[in-house]
Amino acid sequence: MPSLPFSILLVFLPLSLVTIGGGQSAIADMHRQIVDLHQWMSASQFVDAFAIARLAPGPGSLLATLIGWQIAGFWGALAATVGIFGPTAFLIYGVAHIWSRYEGARPLRALEKGLRPVAAGMILAASYVLIQSLDSGWLGRSIALVSTALLMLTPVNPLLLIAGGAGCFVGLHLLALI
Amino acid sequence: MPDAFAERPSALQLFLIFARIGLTSFGGGLSGWMLREFVQRRRLMSEEDFLNGLSVAQALPGVNVTNMAIWIGYKLGGRSGAIASWLGIVVPAAFVIVLIGSLFASLGGYEITHVALGGAASAAIGLSLAMGLTAARRVPRRAFPLAIMAATFVAVAILKWPLLWTVLGAGSLSVAVTYRDG
Repeated sequence: MPSLPFSILLVFLPLSLVTIGGGQSAIADMHRQIVDLHQWMSASQFVDAFAIARLAPGPGSLLATLIGWQIAGFWGALAATVGIFGPTAFLIYGVAHIWSRYEGARPLRALEKGLRPVAAGMILAASYVLIQSLDSGWLGRSIALVSTALLMLTPVNPLLLIAGGAGCFVGLHLLALI
Repeated sequence: MPDAFAERPSALQLFLIFARIGLTSFGGGLSGWMLREFVQRRRLMSEEDFLNGLSVAQALPGVNVTNMAIWIGYKLGGRSGAIASWLGIVVPAAFVIVLIGSLFASLGGYEITHVALGGAASAAIGLSLAMGLTAARRVPRRAFPLAIMAATFVAVAILKWPLLWTVLGAGSLSVAVTYRDG
């Protein structure tokens, strides 16, 4: 019988390759395996971990790291991290390598130009979904739009903007307006 | 204008830049930070190069931002650059998320923390949207690319189709037509 960290690695390795467009697509299956199949966590523990991953800085798929840590400590965290990030890291590395060798070849130029509108559509869609999912209503939405305008038009430091957004909410909360 | 770019960074510098991006980016939108850091502030690569990488990073499986880190790292520093960038974006943030997880587990979390994080997340969405608008501005002003962009947006945001099929469908159609016309 394999050790727990090894079983965790086996859960996350295949999930790595279905994370197209940012990892959200893998979360449903993560839930199925971790909660239903292996029963390593309860459903509410899983949701808590998901919320923390959304709030923490860094790539959203660090959810896997947190889950691994909660199940099996350091080695669990390491196994989950290597599992979720490893296979795709090799894939993009290989593509970057081939790309730089054949840069400027006609099929690659078509690929670059052809994928551009798809990428733009996907990023705009992600922003739209994020704005929709803000539970702070009109205030959150206006802050998102003001922050977009400032980023497009001024060389503002994004960290200041984010601190400003947090400060805004806390201020209004202390004044009992939200 | 390639000669206007600054000197190539070392692997250690790449690690530190990505560690900072990974640790200071709340609520997603990391590619927006990268655009700002590598193209607009440090001038290490052209907007063109960056957006090409972003298209590939989005179309391949894997987390966009780690894909992007490996792409940029490879462009600027070869194999060691790619490894350093990948470690930079993943490892420090992994420690932080475990730390935050333990804090939440032991403190239970005060309401004011959630309020502050809500505000931070709202402002952070601006990074994602600004990135999307920058990418949209670089799409050629012709009917076909604009239609592909709109169709992708509708399929993902409104119809919530699976990303895999949307990317495969819209991507291969768009690439095929571009190849024929190119």
